[in-house]
Amino acid sequence: MRTEIRFVAFGGQGIVLAGVILGEAAIADGKNAVQTQSYGPESRGGAAKSEVIISEEGIDYPMVMEADCLVALSQPGYDRFVTEVKPGGIILVDEDLVDADDPHTVSAFYRLPFAKTADKLGNRIVTNVVVLGSVCSITEVVGKENLVKAIETNVPEKFLGLNLKAFTEGYKIGRQVLEQEGQGRK
Amino acid sequence: MKRQKASPEAESKYKPAKPFTCEDFNRVRRILGERVVFIQGDAAVSYGALLAGCRFFAGYPITPATETGEILSRLLPKVGGICIQMEDEIASVGAIIGASRAGAKSMTATSGPGFSLMQENIGYAAMTETPCVIVDVQRSGPSTGQPTEGAQGDIMQAKWGSHGDYELIALSPTTVQECLDLTIEAFNLAETYSVPVILLTDGIIGHMREKVVLPEFKDVEIIWRKEPTRPKEEFQPFFDDGTKIPEMAIFGTGYHTYITGLTHAESGYPATDSQPDHHRLVRRLCDKIRTNRERIIRVERDFPNAHTDRTTGIISYGVTSRSVYNAVKTLRREGMKIDHLRIITNWPFPEKEVAELSRRADRIVVPELNLGQVYHCVREAVAGRCDIVPLWKTGGEMHTPSEIVQAVKGTG
Repeated sequence: MRTEIRFVAFGGQGIVLAGVILGEAAIADGKNAVQTQSYGPESRGGAAKSEVIISEEGIDYPMVMEADCLVALSQPGYDRFVTEVKPGGIILVDEDLVDADDPHTVSAFYRLPFAKTADKLGNRIVTNVVVLGSVCSITEVVGKENLVKAIETNVPEKFLGLNLKAFTEGYKIGRQVLEQEGQGRK
Repeated sequence: MKRQKASPEAESKYKPAKPFTCEDFNRVRRILGERVVFIQGDAAVSYGALLAGCRFFAGYPITPATETGEILSRLLPKVGGICIQMEDEIASVGAIIGASRAGAKSMTATSGPGFSLMQENIGYAAMTETPCVIVDVQRSGPSTGQPTEGAQGDIMQAKWGSHGDYELIALSPTTVQECLDLTIEAFNLAETYSVPVILLTDGIIGHMREKVVLPEFKDVEIIWRKEPTRPKEEFQPFFDDGTKIPEMAIFGTGYHTYITGLTHAESGYPATDSQPDHHRLVRRLCDKIRTNRERIIRVERDFPNAHTDRTTGIISYGVTSRSVYNAVKTLRREGMKIDHLRIITNWPFPEKEVAELSRRADRIVVPELNLGQVYHCVREAVAGRCDIVPLWKTGGEMHTPSEIVQAVKGTG
């Protein structure tokens, strides 16, 4: 099965790295993955998009056709892509960075405190890893162990502890919303 | 002033590509790490180059090709190679020509604006028959265009960018794995035919990450140039031994070798006012590629239909093939008879293969990320046997599979 995940944010929020880590974890799971990105010429502040496609089979078309999961950390990104999610898809938005209500076009819509959680841990820069934690617990698209391993190989050693904490918190946030809904998956 | 001698350390560090043994290959593999990696197309090109024995890179950074040089700047010194950031792209090709002549397999990488600047020296490489690899990670043009977007706008320039009559080889990878595999192939072709080889990737594949499986030594063939077999006093650097490919003496090995961009005799020295010398030389430069077309050209034929069936053909190359693969599945599910020809070798152009398709197909759809380049080659090869439907797209995004489906159905 082909799963398409799209991250949208402003440049500098780390979604390209989030996509890379997710793709690496999928490869470690024994699947195929493609990660693409688009961004403007500026390194921070412009619109940024990072997409990951994960499949047990070979992946021909490498771009998202209709996302199974949209993760939005910016208002313009959300507004641009909210309509390009599958009817059975999932939308995750940052509750402080994106002002949005459930569009009722998808099967699940979650407003989660990604940036706030990172702030509580002491550095907003790990917002992307909080996101990965939640994506992992909510979608189960990659195995938790391989995702942690991929984080370990991709973040500077100095900040590994902080990133692992960010992942754990993000994972917990995802579990909590699922439990609240009473549809917690195993 | 006394000429400064290279330090003994520097001398011992530098090792020309030859001999490239299993041990050398495995050393590169150890440096590259894991067998299965998740890397960008640009990185796969760097890895392929190292595995092919490339020991010299000279380039000037440009989006979306920068990563190739960046990675090689870290890895080449670890295998005794050299990486130089040059002042521009003209000098970059000059440097790789010199390095190749001095005995190192060499490469540069750039994108459209830099590729335009390189054309003069690509002609020099073709005229002097110097093996080298030029990677063009295509982006939208003309001029500086869209730096961070991919395109397929340099197909014609790859062949016709320099002046005069010459032939070279150009390859188009479709996946990140192929970026690695075709880089090795590009080096092999350059060494076999003593010719510059262009690897035409694009900004989409260049920056796309995919699973890549690194080859083992037994999986690949690594070719080295034809070095002199005759005694030094009889050696002529451009003597045609009947193969049309001269033996190549590495500078500094004691063979009398002179190269020039001027029309030259077999001795290598200018013979600019000799019509026979010029004719013989440029005919040989072209014929060494033309007469070896069958050995050089690679395509992927997906012709599952019976010979008697009338089909719709699709011709694609590079990243665009990814959209076509998806569209072909949809179209066949709906019962349409589709033949798909993927071009891997853009130059020399696979005319015979395209002609073969045109005898089966009522119409051929040609999607490209430009406003018509391979379309013209297809038209020439088809020679009126069937309709050709161009499907052009510019601006940085690839064709969606549904755009190709619609074009094939004639509803687009």
